[in-house]
Amino acid sequence: MSEKLSRDELAQLVARDIKPGAFVNLGIGQPTLVSNYLTAEQDVTLHTENGMLGMGPEAHGDQIDEDLINAGKIPVTELPGASYFHHADSFAMMRGGHLDVCVLGAFQVSATGDLANWHTGAPDAIPAVGGAMDLATGAKDVYVMMSLFTKDGKSKLVPECTYPLTGVGCVTRVYTNDAVFLISSEGVRVRETFGTTVEELQSKMDVKLLPPLGE
Amino acid sequence: MLNIAATAAEAVAGIHDGATVLIGGFGNAGQPMELIDALLACGATDLTVVNNNAGQADAGLALLIKERRVKKIICSFPRQSDSWHFDAAYRAGEIELELVPQGNLAERIRAAGAGIGGFFTPTGYGTMLAEGKETRVIDGRGYVLESPIYADFALIKALKSDKTGNLVYRKTARNFGPIMASAAKQTIVQVSEIVETGQIDPEVVITPGIYVDTVVKIEPHAQAPAAQEANQ
Repeated sequence: MSEKLSRDELAQLVARDIKPGAFVNLGIGQPTLVSNYLTAEQDVTLHTENGMLGMGPEAHGDQIDEDLINAGKIPVTELPGASYFHHADSFAMMRGGHLDVCVLGAFQVSATGDLANWHTGAPDAIPAVGGAMDLATGAKDVYVMMSLFTKDGKSKLVPECTYPLTGVGCVTRVYTNDAVFLISSEGVRVRETFGTTVEELQSKMDVKLLPPLGE
Repeated sequence: MLNIAATAAEAVAGIHDGATVLIGGFGNAGQPMELIDALLACGATDLTVVNNNAGQADAGLALLIKERRVKKIICSFPRQSDSWHFDAAYRAGEIELELVPQGNLAERIRAAGAGIGGFFTPTGYGTMLAEGKETRVIDGRGYVLESPIYADFALIKALKSDKTGNLVYRKTARNFGPIMASAAKQTIVQVSEIVETGQIDPEVVITPGIYVDTVVKIEPHAQAPAAQEANQ
């Protein structure tokens, strides 16, 4: 593709890659955008860690109910077929490998799929982990959505994370505005690039990149 | 036998200094605001509080922290845009924080209620939240040993109780309620409605009355100012 993807185009791409019938948890922030692009035909069921399957879109006006919120504490709606359960069940569902995909943001991802997304490690920062570690560890596939480079041009896909880890070897795909990366035991493979080339990316990254299959 | 308290103040009257108190709720959903207000008024201090968060804005748990009645909080997500009372207490070194991944927090509470002495969980393995904890590799996967969280009291909110303490909840306000009810020596529940025994279909009971010690009816209009404002 000839241009870098916008945030919405990236969300659309992630949505398209989610298999029909999947049970999915979307993290707070950028991953939430993915829900805007899931189609009815995909029949994807959204899980929210505070005890619900079958979460619908954000609630507005008269729909707002303080007893019906998502993990970001935003009022949401319920879809036909929804169910409620307590917190231990919600996380057992996650840890037990019943969720097909979770989509999370990240500060850094390592070449072996380690995830750092909860803490900058700054000494004055108040740490808060929420459900990030459980999601990273539990879902069958962990997709990360992030910008590939920091504001000062450093790659966030790194040989080893320097920020405190959320989970070890858990990330299977990294969606960025510049490229999609697949992480497996063979290494980091570029699936596709947007407005750049593998060679150009490789010149800015310390992680060894494998070319797209078929090239 | 179920104690049906006339007021929130009467319901929490037994909570003593130094108690460990599980407080239900995820954000404001399911947070037993009136019971927390009563706890604030009753004066108990040096509390260890277990909640997912560390209080929002100027209500409920946030006020307990503001008044320095909480010596330690065990939670997963203290820092929020409106957690200013916790932030101030924490930066002043006036509250101890035990940070626990949310699923481990839930499972530790569940374990206490279920008589489990500890469990190996993959969550947190290889991270700084597992430092100092026993780990084990089982079938090639790393796990961390976590311990149950027992408590003296649980303060939770449900939609409805019958006179034997069987509870039903409402939507995502259920969250930590059922597991907290099982993990405390004394479980105190605020409900919108108390019905006669037999009026709740046994098939829909979420928390059986065996876990519940005290219920108090709090008029729902007093419980839901936020929703009313939002609907205006």
